Amino acid sequence: MGVGIEVINLNAWYGTNHTLQDINLNIPANHATALIGPSGCGKSTFVRCINRMHETNPIGRVTGTVLIGDLDIYNDAKPVQIRRRVGMVFQRPNPFPTMSIYDNVAAGLKLNGYSNRRALDEIVERSLKNSALWDEVKDDLKKKSGASLSGGQQQRLCIARALAVDPEVLLMDEPASALDPVSTSKIEDLIFQLKSQYTIVIVTHNMQQAARVAEKTGFFLNGRMVEFDSTHKIFTNPSDKRTEDYITGRFG
Amino acid sequence: MTRIRFQQSLDELKENLLVMAGLAEQAIQRAIEAYRVRDLSICDLVSRSEIAINRLERDIDQAALDLLAMEQPMAIDLRFILSVIKINADLERVGDAAKSISERVRLMQQMAVVDLPVDIPKMAALASEMVRKSLQAFIEADAELARVVLTMDDAVDTMNRAAYKALTKLMEEQSHLAPQALNALMISRALERVADHATNIAEDIIFWVQGADVRHHKSVILGANDPHAMG
Repeated sequence: MGVGIEVINLNAWYGTNHTLQDINLNIPANHATALIGPSGCGKSTFVRCINRMHETNPIGRVTGTVLIGDLDIYNDAKPVQIRRRVGMVFQRPNPFPTMSIYDNVAAGLKLNGYSNRRALDEIVERSLKNSALWDEVKDDLKKKSGASLSGGQQQRLCIARALAVDPEVLLMDEPASALDPVSTSKIEDLIFQLKSQYTIVIVTHNMQQAARVAEKTGFFLNGRMVEFDSTHKIFTNPSDKRTEDYITGRFG
Repeated sequence: MTRIRFQQSLDELKENLLVMAGLAEQAIQRAIEAYRVRDLSICDLVSRSEIAINRLERDIDQAALDLLAMEQPMAIDLRFILSVIKINADLERVGDAAKSISERVRLMQQMAVVDLPVDIPKMAALASEMVRKSLQAFIEADAELARVVLTMDDAVDTMNRAAYKALTKLMEEQSHLAPQALNALMISRALERVADHATNIAEDIIFWVQGADVRHHKSVILGANDPHAMG
């Protein structure tokens, strides 16, 4: 099951560039939360702070507190432990190109020393079913490589890979922006199904997508969280003029 | 500013609705003028304007539908387009009311002129004032002025009830005047409808400007907090 995320006074830098400034918010468990904002506003940096990826950049720096459930990820855990609890899906599907579909999904588990073949089979099947890909690949699991799949299938394969390690949180950084409308629709349906089991945070430039899949939406601008509210409120009657100007296309 | 074409389309939609509003308001004024001076040529003008109003109603709805489908508007733009669609329908009904009044005038033209216990011009003036104020509120995106319109509706309702009471009494007591009284009653009813449409328009303007749904809530009209406001 998913857990809530509490962010307290989060600040992030790239070198001297203060990318995120004093972010405070509570992301509810087992809901989809969308983050919107113009390019460079800090929303991708924000999700990278939730799984401690930001600090993998040599000039990246973070201060503040992020609680995943009760776990203070910057003080009580190592990055590798965090990434088992927090899965991530990127804009461009990035399957391991030479691995089979099966091995792509099992990769994270094997990396963590998981070797029980029967249990692996079950997890791979469950993960592919949860990512709505099983029916399309079940006959070619070990025959075809991840790279042989279509773009939309590759993205669902990456989601299956993320789900295989049984995370509590799933971060998605523009997961459908490189996909056609049908594949996008499948990803959105998937998000809708998965949010009952996982806490989902999705970065998107597609505001209709945010409106369709998320219960909560946050608007970032110039490294700050301008407004965080129910998606209904954000898209019909936002409180902040800057939010309204952005979602109505008056800037951005 | 981005989405310049979209903003231009919204401006065009607003202009077209104002043209529609102008026609509807003029139709009511003409219908009442026809009643006052018993001039059938004015009734012809009302009938002609109804054709133009109906055509414009379709054009505005189509333009609004296109914007919804093609531009996926959000927030105040979405509320604006939804309000335009609803106001458009109300204005078309105002045009229908004008035509209904002018048809009653035609019938009354064939009857003897009698002194009826109803002040139609006074009632028409109040209903027209509500339409005019609601359109002013639309032009200026003025929710406060729209709230003023909401407070005016009760007066028209009261006048309509008084007209009903007086005219039915007249029909009971002087049955030979029933045809004139019945037509006057229908005109009174049409004017009460016009006031209702002006009220609807004012409510839509408040929704557009403030995002608050004030339908069926007298407390909001009077300025109290609305538990049903959006969000």
